[in-house]
Amino acid sequence: MTPDPKPGNEAGRQPVRWLTDPFAALGRKAINWVNNLGAATIFLSLGVLRIFRPKQLMKVLEQLYLIGAGSVPIIMLVGLFTGMVLGLQSYHALVKFGSQGALGTLVALSLIRELGPVLTAIMITARAGSAITAEIGSQRISEQIDALGTMRIDPLRYLISPRVAASIISFPLLTAIFDVVGIVGGYISGVLLLGVNAGTYLYRVESSVDMKDVTDGFVKAIVFAVIVTTVCCYQGYFAHMRSDSYGARAIGRSTTAAVVISCVLILIADYIVTSLLI
Amino acid sequence: MATPLIEFKDVSKRFYDKVVLERVNLQIYEREVTTIIGLSGTGKTVLLKHIIGLHKPDEGTILFRGQPLDKIRRRDLPMSYMFQGNALFDSMTVFENIALPLQETTNLSPAEVRQRVMTRIEQMELADAVGKYPSEISGGMQKRVALARALVTDPQIVLFDEPTTGQDPVRKNAILGMIAQYQRTFGFTAILVSHEIPDVYFISNRILALYGKSIVFQGTPEEFEDFDHPFKEEVVHSLEGLQKELTGLHSRRQFKLRYQGQLRGGALGETYAVAVFSLDGLDAVAANLGHDAAQEAIRSLGVFLGKHFGAIGGFSTRRSLNEYVTVLPTTDRAEADSILGEYVRDFQGQEQAILDIWSSAQKLSASAVCVELAMLAGLAQGRSDEDIDSVIARARREQKVVSRIRCINQGEGR
Repeated sequence: MTPDPKPGNEAGRQPVRWLTDPFAALGRKAINWVNNLGAATIFLSLGVLRIFRPKQLMKVLEQLYLIGAGSVPIIMLVGLFTGMVLGLQSYHALVKFGSQGALGTLVALSLIRELGPVLTAIMITARAGSAITAEIGSQRISEQIDALGTMRIDPLRYLISPRVAASIISFPLLTAIFDVVGIVGGYISGVLLLGVNAGTYLYRVESSVDMKDVTDGFVKAIVFAVIVTTVCCYQGYFAHMRSDSYGARAIGRSTTAAVVISCVLILIADYIVTSLLI
Repeated sequence: MATPLIEFKDVSKRFYDKVVLERVNLQIYEREVTTIIGLSGTGKTVLLKHIIGLHKPDEGTILFRGQPLDKIRRRDLPMSYMFQGNALFDSMTVFENIALPLQETTNLSPAEVRQRVMTRIEQMELADAVGKYPSEISGGMQKRVALARALVTDPQIVLFDEPTTGQDPVRKNAILGMIAQYQRTFGFTAILVSHEIPDVYFISNRILALYGKSIVFQGTPEEFEDFDHPFKEEVVHSLEGLQKELTGLHSRRQFKLRYQGQLRGGALGETYAVAVFSLDGLDAVAANLGHDAAQEAIRSLGVFLGKHFGAIGGFSTRRSLNEYVTVLPTTDRAEADSILGEYVRDFQGQEQAILDIWSSAQKLSASAVCVELAMLAGLAQGRSDEDIDSVIARARREQKVVSRIRCINQGEGR
């Protein structure tokens, strides 16, 4: 039998716990984070492997429509105004140095190398990523994912793989649309509204952009596609495992977490990929 | 006895610090209907989910045909599962929900898938709901969609998690009747979790009683009648009154108590009459007009028996899916014959109610087949010192057709 702790001993331990508790909590968070990272990596790997199973084509096409085609209008709208703002701001900066002729170069390189992939990924996260988390989370909470298992349908193959494949295909395409529309936006504000020579603008765009800029932008888009799909699917798939909430609230929190984590990871990954590619 | 299809050996399961199952031992045999009964929240669903592989035991072993279940790939387990909450895909239509397992797990052509799905849809009386979403149909229909989805792949084992929850009494019995009929037709092993005591006795070959985190009884419904355990007091007796929902008749326990009080306590040699009623042709009614129509006929017979014989001091109970027993105290055989004659004449006056229900069922199913239902009755005389089961057996042997109900169709008469 364990003797009752003496009050004096308890009091003696207090300062030690006061000192160690924050580190213990930090340690628990770190272990939890590493666990989640490992689980998400396995989750993604299994999802990718199952892309190549039979009967996946129609599901991939359906997701391409939802994630890709469905996002085109919003991507074009955001791309247009991003290009216009970029043209406007850059013109006023360049005109101080008498270099407004370089507007095409600045707009095109900024969009193709940075803004295109990053803003496209963030917009898809907001539009399609949140929907993925909410849909899969809702299926999890209402036992639809368990039902798939009981019907001998692999939930990862049925739900996750088509989304991963569709994202990897659609992110670069949407980025390309964003870039083109953004350059048109820069043309509208720089050439049509502020009077930069049209020929100069288009010549600078054409001469300053290398194929490497385009492929680097696509590499980033693919990296972001993997991040966004993994985070959004993972958050929805394990919505029932949340320790802070249950049911509909768990779906809400998972969706919020998916969008926030995706956006943060996009920006972190952007820096890492840029430093590797540059 | 044969090797069990599924066997639990000292299976325990806990969620965090809450123990749900503790050293559970049970056997489930092939091609039988096994029902797991117990109060809400005692782990019946958890037990069922262990069988399908959605939960893993913390301790103990689950064997499938003698092999550890965790060594068998899920795709090799010929099982289907019907969820308590249906777990239908809410963004898919009824047709798509039922077709999904066939589309994803077989290589059938779209035409074959369509044909198989439509067959199930017709059997489940869901023709009106084919293109609707689950949220657009009633709870009862959702249940039938879930049942159709569970059966569409012709599984060898079907697990039903409270299949009758949220249904009205007629529909509850219709679903149980449907499970029993399909089990007989397709020969699958059915494992049910249910609260519907005693209705589930009528369709079950074996009963498993889950109480205090363990299985406290395994055996036939008849053996369960004689089971002496606190479980019966706490669980069964609190749920048995549900029989009244369908027929308004005594439960078997109430019947037994009344019989013991009224007849066994009577003077030595005092006579009573026993009448055994059943309906012939119910399967045809279920097949052509639906399970609801069949249950409506069973219900009508029970309700009318209760009213008619209750008024003259008799008492009745439902013995099986399709059999009623009525006891007429202090009545000899001659009096019983005359009472039965009056009953048959009165019942014929009540037929119209059943026919009206059938007629609506016919319109719904667009069935052109005309069905006939025969009511059989048998009488026997017993003495107070005689075992009632032998008197019932004698009455059963005496059964003959006393009335026929024939639906009116396309100008046909009754």
